Amino acid sequence: MKFGVVVFPGTWSDMDCYHVLDTVLHQEVRYLWHQETDLGGADCVILPGGFSYGDYLRAGALARFAPIMGAVADFAARGGLVLGICNGFQILCESGLLPGVLMRNRHLQFRCQWVHLRAERATTPFSGAMQPGQVLRMPISHGEGNYYADAETLAELERRGQVVFRYCAADGRITEGANPNGALRNIAGIVNREGNVLGMMPHPERCCEPLVGGADGLLVFQSLVQSSLKALGAV
Amino acid sequence: MIDQSTLDEIALSWEEYRLIAQRLGREPNPLELGLFGALWSEHCGYKNSKPLLRLFPTEGEHVLVGAGKENAGAVAIGHGLAIVMKIESHNHPSAIEPYQGAATGVGGIVRDIFTMGARPIALLNSLRFGPLSEARNRYLFGGVVGGISDYGNCLGIPNVGGEVVFGPPYSGNPLVNAMCVGLVEADGMVRAVASGPGNLLMIVGADTGRDGIHGASGLASRTFEEERELRSAVQVGNPFMEKLLLEACLELVQTGWIVGLQDLGAAGLTSAAVESGAKGGAGVEIDVLQVPRRETGMDPYEVMLSESQERMLVVVRRGYQDRVKTLFDKWGLHCALIGRVIPEPEARILEGARVVAAVPLAILTAPPLYRRQGAPSSEVARLRAYDLSSLPDAPPGGMSWSGALLALLASPNIASKRSVYRQYDHQVLINTVVPPGGDAAVLRIKGTPKGIALATDGNGRLCYLDPFAGGAIAVAEAARNVVCAGAEPLALTNCLNFGNPERPEVYYQLEECIKGMSEMCQRLGVPVISGNVSLYNETAGQAVYPTPVVGMLGLLPDVTRHCTPAFKAAGDAVYLLGADLAAGATTGPEALAGSEYLAHLHGLVAGRPEIDLELEARVQQLCLEGIRQSWVRSAHDCSDGGLAVALAECCIAGGLGFTASALPQPGRADALLFGEAQSRIVVSVAPEHALALEERAQTLNVPLIALGAVGGDRLALRPWVDLPVAAAQDAWEHGLERAAGS
Repeated sequence: MKFGVVVFPGTWSDMDCYHVLDTVLHQEVRYLWHQETDLGGADCVILPGGFSYGDYLRAGALARFAPIMGAVADFAARGGLVLGICNGFQILCESGLLPGVLMRNRHLQFRCQWVHLRAERATTPFSGAMQPGQVLRMPISHGEGNYYADAETLAELERRGQVVFRYCAADGRITEGANPNGALRNIAGIVNREGNVLGMMPHPERCCEPLVGGADGLLVFQSLVQSSLKALGAV
Repeated sequence: MIDQSTLDEIALSWEEYRLIAQRLGREPNPLELGLFGALWSEHCGYKNSKPLLRLFPTEGEHVLVGAGKENAGAVAIGHGLAIVMKIESHNHPSAIEPYQGAATGVGGIVRDIFTMGARPIALLNSLRFGPLSEARNRYLFGGVVGGISDYGNCLGIPNVGGEVVFGPPYSGNPLVNAMCVGLVEADGMVRAVASGPGNLLMIVGADTGRDGIHGASGLASRTFEEERELRSAVQVGNPFMEKLLLEACLELVQTGWIVGLQDLGAAGLTSAAVESGAKGGAGVEIDVLQVPRRETGMDPYEVMLSESQERMLVVVRRGYQDRVKTLFDKWGLHCALIGRVIPEPEARILEGARVVAAVPLAILTAPPLYRRQGAPSSEVARLRAYDLSSLPDAPPGGMSWSGALLALLASPNIASKRSVYRQYDHQVLINTVVPPGGDAAVLRIKGTPKGIALATDGNGRLCYLDPFAGGAIAVAEAARNVVCAGAEPLALTNCLNFGNPERPEVYYQLEECIKGMSEMCQRLGVPVISGNVSLYNETAGQAVYPTPVVGMLGLLPDVTRHCTPAFKAAGDAVYLLGADLAAGATTGPEALAGSEYLAHLHGLVAGRPEIDLELEARVQQLCLEGIRQSWVRSAHDCSDGGLAVALAECCIAGGLGFTASALPQPGRADALLFGEAQSRIVVSVAPEHALALEERAQTLNVPLIALGAVGGDRLALRPWVDLPVAAAQDAWEHGLERAAGS
């Protein structure tokens, strides 16, 4: 499978995503510079974490205007797989590719820590390798991860099963105490209505090797690879 | 034309002024005098500390770039790779404007690392504040942590460790020492040189403004009473610009288009140009009109001495300037051609066609060096002679020993620093194997089986009581910390935070401390590869504790064989290395000298700390061998708070209890539980390996005590301490937040 990792000025999870895809999963991967307008034939585009353009205005607010984002939007509209991690999730929301916004964490501080996530849906291309309800352990690292959407949008997300990951306790219960940033309904990751664009605040690329604390993040990338193999099989 | 106020502003003395005029053979003009003020400052010229710094051992088989040679030191770690590292202070700016002061401290040290062509892979921060009971200290603490968090997080460099310590002498004069560690291919390092007449000088990054003028001479090289008037000397950071510079410069060093790279730090363009010219054996010519500015009407003096952040000086091979510009354009960075390398060994400053300053580099870079006469203060002599055996052997106020342990675990100096480091991204770059919170952080080196361990350490209270022992202990503890992680100490960087060296008691502290550090370095075979000196840390005539901060690098041949303080399994045997059962120095009143127990519970700073350099080396050797042999399953430095605190921390980290079956004969219970005798490590060992460890200890002549076994859910050191691990954990985990009122 061919991955494209977008690099904006200020992006810093680009090398981490590249490392996991290339060294750990042996997939084909290339960087996509923000000024490019062509995705180089990628099967899946990753918008990694960081502070694109410094994020001095609002996280992701400038990145949405980057030349590459036009190509990403077209790609998504054609059903292409797009994974936004952390700043990537913020950019997808700012771009309108996903509903809602990510506000400053409720306690106003940056948080870098491990959290538990419950996989609410195992039928997306990003979660097919998981069991429904499976509890995953992943790191977060953000100051603006407090997911917000109006009541109507939230109801719609829930009704259509677009909430893929929720912050939960170690035993899978959705509790206030397990919510690290104040996100509504403990939302940690959502997909668009069509299910081909996922945004998530936790960093799956940071937990793909036991040596660095865990390997649950592999499930996200393995889901993508599996889904592309299935797609090939269907052709 | 020269008056006292002019000299005061740049912190030069009349004697120094006369020396400048004599060496030049004429009076310097105001701009030239400004150049001297910057380069002859303590901050840039090390005029008080250089003669003492020569005592440090700086050679070693792994050393590639030794102390004082470049922006940072470098050591080889095999596989053709090198680690580049340095620690630096930003104390004075942080005292005035904590958020920007700390943020730009991070920015400065990161530039020192990528200036050498190395990718920064880790940050550490060693911080000191006054007690959190004072509102001003809470403000400084919050501001400094916020500044480090925002700047470092934006750069995508993990912040993997450090210290946060509180003590009354740091009220009003916090210490903010930032350390950065980089990774580079050993043959790919870049030097900060301007050589080859005809080569070009380009400046890249932020435009130059009026911020930070006299930062080096004014802020960092004298004491100050009225802080507000100096606020304009604090710079404002832009971490996004720094991130662009970092990526662009790392791309640039791969091209072969440049001969040198130098960041603009203290004393701005003046220091960058002069130092790289002097190192390159050439001269530099700069036209200030070509320097991009963010303000109008700046004169040559302001341009040359601005400390605007996020700027780099690039020495470009003639003919390559367009290619360099294209590369920076790609990153959206503004660069400008501002001068050239000239054959005459002088700093020549032009304003258009007019020469506004011309000074030989040899004079600019040779400040007078002062060797002063130090003397201990009578106050310290009195505290040192204090008869600790006169203290009652009981916690104050009818507190139980278990209560005293809980109080220590909750004290801001010992309690978990999680509420601080969870604000720092400590995982980005996915190398973090052991995160902050243990004795040392461990990072893997991708593409190799190796790992590095990093720790900072320095105990100002011990140095105050005995600067020689305190200096040796700073080195010993930092080394012990990386040893406890399973790493062999390889090299260190250091930041020396002291008061005004013109006062004999401060000079005495500085001299003795450096001697103590040097002897411990010699004994452990660890060279000093870089460092920084921060003097004049005083407010209203009160100096901070003499505080050397040691940043230690350790190497693990196999990173999977790292070790942590956490107890691993019930039934494991727990040993204390470095002490025996007989009542002696480790349990007598002298073990309480300078301890956290005395300071926190009795409000007393007294006694004379000691360290046996030979024993220290043998204890470290035994612990390291034990970990490498896989006998030792956990290891924890026994330091602040003594044995009871160390055992509690091992229990908390592992979620397991411990019951003592044998403890040293107490000369005194307080000394047994909370004494801080040096050279001790708590280890746990699987029962089948216990004998092997004991035999090896005997061979190496290291005393040890089989303290008891891991198990249950209580920490029991009967008859004194018996409490649930959960209670210890609650005190330790939330102590700092409760004290900070957050």
